Amino acid sequence: MNAASVTTTLAKFGRFTLFLGRLVAGVPSTLRRPRLLLEQVHMTGALSLVIVMLSGLFVGMVLGLQGYDLLRRFGSTESLGTAAALGLLRELGPVITALLFAGRAGTAITSEIGLMLATDQLAAMDMMAVDPVRRICVPRFLGGVVSMPLLAAIFATIGIFGAQVVGVAMMGVDSGQFWSQMRGAVELRDITEGVVKSLAFGIACSAIAVFEGYHALPTAEGVGRATTRTVVNSSVAILAIDYMLTAVLL
Amino acid sequence: MRSEDCVARFDDVGYTVGGRQVLSGLDFAIERGRVTALMGPSGTGKTTLLKLLTGQIQPTAGRVTVIGQDLAMLDRRGLYALRRRMGMLFQNGALLTDLDVYENVAFPLREHTDLPEPVVARIVLMKLESVGLRGAARLLPAELSGGMARRVALARAVVMDPEILIYDEPFAGLDPIALGMVLKLIRDLNQALGITSIVVSHDVHVIERLADRLVLLSGGRIAAAGTPAALAADPDPVVRQFMSGSAEGPVPFHYPAVDVATDMLGTD
Amino acid sequence: MKRNPSIEIGTGLFVLLGFAALFFMATQISSHGLEFGRHDYHLSANFDNVGGLKAGAPVSIGGVTIGRVETIDYDSTSYKAVVHLAINQRYDHIPNDSDVAIYTAGLLGGNYVGFTPGGSVTNYKDGDRVEMTQSAVVLENLISKFLFDKAGQGAKKE
Repeated sequence: MNAASVTTTLAKFGRFTLFLGRLVAGVPSTLRRPRLLLEQVHMTGALSLVIVMLSGLFVGMVLGLQGYDLLRRFGSTESLGTAAALGLLRELGPVITALLFAGRAGTAITSEIGLMLATDQLAAMDMMAVDPVRRICVPRFLGGVVSMPLLAAIFATIGIFGAQVVGVAMMGVDSGQFWSQMRGAVELRDITEGVVKSLAFGIACSAIAVFEGYHALPTAEGVGRATTRTVVNSSVAILAIDYMLTAVLL
Repeated sequence: MRSEDCVARFDDVGYTVGGRQVLSGLDFAIERGRVTALMGPSGTGKTTLLKLLTGQIQPTAGRVTVIGQDLAMLDRRGLYALRRRMGMLFQNGALLTDLDVYENVAFPLREHTDLPEPVVARIVLMKLESVGLRGAARLLPAELSGGMARRVALARAVVMDPEILIYDEPFAGLDPIALGMVLKLIRDLNQALGITSIVVSHDVHVIERLADRLVLLSGGRIAAAGTPAALAADPDPVVRQFMSGSAEGPVPFHYPAVDVATDMLGTD
Repeated sequence: MKRNPSIEIGTGLFVLLGFAALFFMATQISSHGLEFGRHDYHLSANFDNVGGLKAGAPVSIGGVTIGRVETIDYDSTSYKAVVHLAINQRYDHIPNDSDVAIYTAGLLGGNYVGFTPGGSVTNYKDGDRVEMTQSAVVLENLISKFLFDKAGQGAKKE
């Protein structure tokens, strides 16, 4: 990497940080207009519900199979509930939900804002004395931040039921042991860890999606590239933040 | 010209970006209540001039004054307060695609006022009626033709009753009927409401029928300014070439390049 | 703004599901749910050896979880580990001659603190110290003791 690309990367990171500041500064004005927020919670959250629920179910079922096979070797299959719950609450729920979010809602946000930019809609708003960051970007950002923890919670809960279906109904783990072991081992701290993570992912993914859309080149190709960058940058950010938060919270 | 007759003034304005001088030495005023046309070949900085006029960019030299306020002195809030007194029609209309025609026209009202719904409805339908599209209130922008979209955008631009209306290429890509409608609307708005109009266009024949005053840009400078009749009679070769639409003249047909022989035959 | 009931219903459903999931996690999956207005009283106990006991480990009496280990310190005057316990106010009838021990849940499970009730008529109250303690069983010590005993028995038989 040469010096020029280092400075452009630094400059982009700086622009992103400043933009995040503008988003956060705009949050109070959006809270005064709950209708705008509602629409975005619908766009980012409600429309991602099916894919998140389906993925949660299958990830939970895979955990049920893999976990059962692994625990069987140590003769402690009754810990299956604990293993599945901890894995889903602390890691898989927040991370997979965030990756799905980046692919489903993040790309939708980027391409929507990018197209509005390319068709002068944002410039037109600016000329009507309406700040496009506040009117368009902040509600989408906030909608994502609100939706993410709820999506992650739904993912984890459905995942646990998926693991229960495989473990109890198919593999014959005792249902009572599955739940009581889980209840004995899972602490409130594990749940808060997952919520904290998904909040952080929500902030990162939504801010990246809005930023890339708002700074896209105003052409069809530019919007396409911005959408790709949203997925790539969000995924890297999710995994990096995940490592840092795990290290801090563990 | 007395200062109260002038809504916008450029004082020796220049704009340089990346070492390239886009505009320089612009010095002119826009009269209140008139239609001023900014013309010039493509790439002479017309769009940059509009951005300077609306405060989207700041000049690197000189001063832009709009409705008595120096744009460089305004913060975001001041600029927005000023822009509420201006309307702008974008080339393609720039309607918000997720809102229908009615909501598009109502948008500035909803953002800037707390008017009750019946009042909003009255204003919106009145403005739509004035552009002849009251019946299209519930259509989405995607269902409109180019001319209709521009008329809706015009209704939206005047919904806050601005003092200045800026039109960016209002005639580009319109069929003759739609063009006639938009032309009539601009003239009506100017004459009936006394709105100062600034039209950016390179359609000489339409502008001659519309504008009170022409400002002709060439190469980032003002080549000529005056009434359409005065410009039509101007002996300057650049003005003559533009006004007559001829390919031959001081504005070259060829983009600057090395000698043909060098390029195509590879010989020096 | 134009009202669209399907957006409202969809969003309402989503938010409701989300909070239901959070509530489910907090109450059904975790061991101690969100107990609002919960009050604890504090006890301390000195141990020679706390083994693998960690802050946050459960405190139980007769198998029922009644509190948590708050902190574990080292007392440099008595050279012992001091374990601070937070006991739920609901369980305030613990005789003040009860003894406390560190147990292991299952062969490979985590450590927890268990009370064995005594016969006193007065109960522990906030700030009390539990005098009778039994340290954690360190597996290595147990194994070596077992091996030495076996070796001793073998020597006797010969």
